[in-house]
Amino acid sequence: MHKLKPITPLGGDTPRVDTVGSITITEVVDQALASVAARNDQAGAVQKALADKIGLSLPEVGQSSQAAPYAALWMGPEQWMVMAPHDSHELLAAELKQIVADTASVSEQTDGWCRFDVQGAGLCDLFERLSNAPVRTMGSGTAIRTTAEHLGVFLWRLAEDHMAVLGPRSSAASLHHGLLAAAKSIA
Amino acid sequence: MTQSNRLNGGLINRDASLSFTFDGKSYQGYEGDTLASALLANGVRLMGRSFKYHRPRGPLTAGSEEPNALVELRSGGRQEPNTRATVAELYDGLSANSQNRWPSLERDFMAINDRFSNFLTAGFYYKTFMWPKAFWEKLYEPIIRKAAGLGSLTGEDDPDHYDKGFLHCDLLIIGAGPTGLAAALTAGRAGAQVILADEDFRMGGRLIAETGALADISGADWVDQALAELASMNNVRVMPRTTVFGAYDHGIYGAVERNADHLIAPEADKPRQTLWRIYSKRALIATGAIERPIAFENNDRPGILLAGAVRSYANRWAATPAQSVVVFANNDDAHQTARDLMAQGIKVPAIVDTRPDAADVEGIEVLKGAEIINTSGRLGLTSVQVRTEKGYTTDLYCEALAMSGGWNPNLGLTCHQRGRPVWSADIHAFVPGEGLPVGQIVAGAAKGEMSTEAALQGGAAAAVAALGDLGITASPVDLPAAADAPVSISPFWHVKGAKRAWLDYQNDVTVKDVKLAHQENFTSVEHLKRYTTLGMATDQGKTSNVGALAVMAELTGKSIRDTGTTIFRPPYTPVAMGAFGGRAVGKDFHPTRLTPSHKWAEEQGAVFVEVGNWLRAQWFPRKGETHWRQSVDREVLQTRNSVGVCDVTTLGKIDVQGADAAAFLNMVYSNAFAKLPVGKVRYGLMLREDGIAYDDGTTARFAEDHFVVTTTTANAVLVYRNMEFVRQCLCPDMDVQLISTTEAWAQYAVAGPNSRKLLQKIVDPDFDISNEAFPFMGCGEITVCGGLRARLFRISFSGELAYEIAVPTRYGDGLMRALMEAGEEFDVVPYGTEALGVMRIEKGHATGNELNGTTTALNLGMARMVSAKKDCIGNVLSRREGLNTPDALALVGLKPVDTNETVTAGGHLMNATGPVDAAHDQGYVTSAAYSPILESSIGLGFVKGGSDRMGEKLRLVNPLESQEVMVEIVSAHFLDPEGEKLRA
Amino acid sequence: MIINHPLLGPRDAQEFTYLGDASLLNRPDWQAEDAAEAFHDYLYLRDNPAGEHRELWYHEQGDRSWLVVTRNTLTHEILKVELARDVAKAAGKAAQ
Repeated sequence: MHKLKPITPLGGDTPRVDTVGSITITEVVDQALASVAARNDQAGAVQKALADKIGLSLPEVGQSSQAAPYAALWMGPEQWMVMAPHDSHELLAAELKQIVADTASVSEQTDGWCRFDVQGAGLCDLFERLSNAPVRTMGSGTAIRTTAEHLGVFLWRLAEDHMAVLGPRSSAASLHHGLLAAAKSIA
Repeated sequence: MTQSNRLNGGLINRDASLSFTFDGKSYQGYEGDTLASALLANGVRLMGRSFKYHRPRGPLTAGSEEPNALVELRSGGRQEPNTRATVAELYDGLSANSQNRWPSLERDFMAINDRFSNFLTAGFYYKTFMWPKAFWEKLYEPIIRKAAGLGSLTGEDDPDHYDKGFLHCDLLIIGAGPTGLAAALTAGRAGAQVILADEDFRMGGRLIAETGALADISGADWVDQALAELASMNNVRVMPRTTVFGAYDHGIYGAVERNADHLIAPEADKPRQTLWRIYSKRALIATGAIERPIAFENNDRPGILLAGAVRSYANRWAATPAQSVVVFANNDDAHQTARDLMAQGIKVPAIVDTRPDAADVEGIEVLKGAEIINTSGRLGLTSVQVRTEKGYTTDLYCEALAMSGGWNPNLGLTCHQRGRPVWSADIHAFVPGEGLPVGQIVAGAAKGEMSTEAALQGGAAAAVAALGDLGITASPVDLPAAADAPVSISPFWHVKGAKRAWLDYQNDVTVKDVKLAHQENFTSVEHLKRYTTLGMATDQGKTSNVGALAVMAELTGKSIRDTGTTIFRPPYTPVAMGAFGGRAVGKDFHPTRLTPSHKWAEEQGAVFVEVGNWLRAQWFPRKGETHWRQSVDREVLQTRNSVGVCDVTTLGKIDVQGADAAAFLNMVYSNAFAKLPVGKVRYGLMLREDGIAYDDGTTARFAEDHFVVTTTTANAVLVYRNMEFVRQCLCPDMDVQLISTTEAWAQYAVAGPNSRKLLQKIVDPDFDISNEAFPFMGCGEITVCGGLRARLFRISFSGELAYEIAVPTRYGDGLMRALMEAGEEFDVVPYGTEALGVMRIEKGHATGNELNGTTTALNLGMARMVSAKKDCIGNVLSRREGLNTPDALALVGLKPVDTNETVTAGGHLMNATGPVDAAHDQGYVTSAAYSPILESSIGLGFVKGGSDRMGEKLRLVNPLESQEVMVEIVSAHFLDPEGEKLRA
Repeated sequence: MIINHPLLGPRDAQEFTYLGDASLLNRPDWQAEDAAEAFHDYLYLRDNPAGEHRELWYHEQGDRSWLVVTRNTLTHEILKVELARDVAKAAGKAAQ
């Protein structure tokens, strides 16, 4: 095992957790990410390969799918973001490339993103102050790529009271600040 | 002071007494009061001074259309000028001051303007300050600026937060009067997503201001029931204190919610106001109507109010402007004011009705066919002069006058997408016409349906129709029986012969001004508006426009229909700048991007610089260094003598994969990439389609079908966008996939003669990075520090033996620390963007200063990089004759002849002798730095035909600072022109 | 404005970057005899209609699709939204 110590997107040794009123904001770091983009006319083959090998069916437009420990978000036309726990799948991109071979282009995205999980009853009130996504009508499993705090983000509704926000890692502090400020606004 | 004009009843909470001050004097009011209602209850009618003539003024209205009663609220950083007392919700501790007066509201020095009103007419500025021309800047403008404006700001920072947010709904209902409430109940029960917004802090519109609006229940009680039901519905969002101020494209509305304007200060971390962007599928304008005044001599004294406003004060706020009130009207509606006041024991000496056939009112004398021709009372009304139908004049003593010229539909929001109101001869007012914003409907009084019954039924019907469009079935709810009297009005705009009869109270536009505009041929409504400033104040002429254009119609002999009307623009009422800024103020103005080594650099005391949104280390001061040059010179020398490390993560990194990846790169780069071997890096230049160079960087090939493109920091987003354009729009059949990986990898430049030795301590021994195994422009996927995946590129921006090494970002902090630790024996130095800049100038590498949007590959000395053998963006037009003249600018190095002199970036180059002017311009300096290696100032620049002028001496001129320095043209590669260091 | 993205449905125009006339899809042949002239026209000559206009928008804060949006420049009514890649592919096929 190598000897370099990781830091979190917020620059800490351990993930940060903040509770404001009914809202809990958790920095999530145990997550490996890789983008999978189908090669020309290979979308079917990619979907089949992932379904066969790891049971993951790639989601439709604006949706997500899960097949523990994997999950996937729709990212763009014939392009998906696949995720798995970092501790067990740090080399996710290589793992997926093995599976999809020449049917898809795979790029490591793990540290391109930071993720904050926002949980609590006032979730919609909070996100209404950050994003133009129609959060009140976003069903569980919906994943919308949009802006929050002037940043390009994924909003991934995991449950009625649970939203994951994936944003650019370099702006983690700004995104976190926005989430905290909105949480305080509605607390 | 006692509340001498407080009446019984009303919708105020007498258990909650509130203290407030106005111009330093203390008063008491109640919860539910506005500042205006509380002042009136306390017997205060004088609240402000008019804009131009400084005339004493009191409130004209009881709502947001108020032109007169503008005050400064609060103090310090929270001070807010031009706030309408009529909508300022009273809170305990409120402090307000009058404005536009000196030394006091009662004795205002500038009231002298009123004496000169013959001069200060419409067009006064245009006519008076034209000559002599020289007087404008020194004399006229400063005086006008001092006199202009109403309230003032303190200049202190606003301590409050403002939020922004986004809401979605099927039906947005604007206005919670009878129309809006009936619509909300109908849509809410149908299960639609509904937003009901009202600017007032208490919903209900006229239902809570009138005594007999509903037949079997009080208006206020029915409103309470309706609101209770709406509050119980999850699909309905009820938003009081929320002004919808603008109608934008495709059903988008802007609204401002005043979260804490009714508190002395917001709670900690809570917003003062929230700016909402509302996405509506349908929007119902249920904004009611606004009463209009009648123009007569001196119709602006404190105590002269609109009749509906007097009813609002009496019925809702249990306040009367005076104990004796005359009514002046041309319609039946105003008669109700007299009845309501009488019921409260207020004396109503007479109703002056312009209609000879006006109805009788029990217990009150109605002077039919009569007019008010003048008023008295310097700081407040004391009497009115009436001319009876038979021509006799008589004085009526009263301290307030309730006037009404009829009601105008409040249709501002229907005009925001250029909808044109049309004249209705039925109600003698403009009603919404064609061309409403997409998805917008209008109902109730806003549509010209003036009775309560029509409002209720119209609101319900509008909701049913709107939801029907969306495929939602709704049926109208049961609504209470309500008054349904037809509008009974006879148009009456101004009393003949009156001159100083106010039409626009806020901008001091009188009948005389309209006559003057007509006389000078400014007769179109748009000209009338600009010439007289009619309707241009903060109230947008809500009470004044129609009256003024009616006067103009009379003067031109045209009908009002043919005269037409001006239209309204957003915002409906003024919106604080703070609300538009939201939380994006100060350092939160834009997101900040931090590099992977940021935390470490902070620990080192680095000085940071903003590069776009990035914060990059600019230099790392060491103990004893007092000037940035000392730090930068040291960083350069130490790097060139041994080894330095710089965070270059900010460069854009784009993953390009696919069977056609190489062909795709051939298209986006001017030079060829198809034959680049795997494991190699190549420098590439990107052109715009017009042939101008716009970005450069290195591209590494990791596999036949896998490249990593690097872009400049500044252009990362643009290059990615353009590459997607080529991929999707120009080469849609190519098999190529793109994704940004800029943030995924922490990337450091390790430069200097000892860079290899340092890296050999970090790179795992399985990987041979000797010069033979890993030559210049090599790249590879390796592991470091005992197994961590990494990418290594042997590229150099500094001109030294150098590498760039990348690891997953989370390990970037660890890698920087590891490099510093391993490099200790080589005296490794971290260097910032300044040293990076110095070294690239020494090496003659171009950056954004040289790729400045005007330069071509030829100018940059890279003509050979535009391959003639393949197509690429910019290829054809880069060959245009005009871009390829023999004396085209060429990138050169510049050195001062006297090494004590300084090369200045931005300076222009002139021949050693001859004129210094644009016609003789030889080029310009793009970059300059002090080179600690050459111990001289150096620069890069473009010189006409520069490649053939090596050794020539030019004058570098900077006329702005009267600078002239003799410089010599040299090679842009000041250092190691053969590149031996790179390949060492 | 709201752009009805063919894949994602209605999205705020704030998420998009505007480029201009969709005729930029029709890039001339670089080897044609009149290439210089054709590229000049392609790059610099634009119609500026008061009415229907086909234009390119990029969903930068979304799925990164380039779209061809047909918009009435007088009313801002959006009449049609297509994926630019589909339009370009169809044009390529038609040209063959």
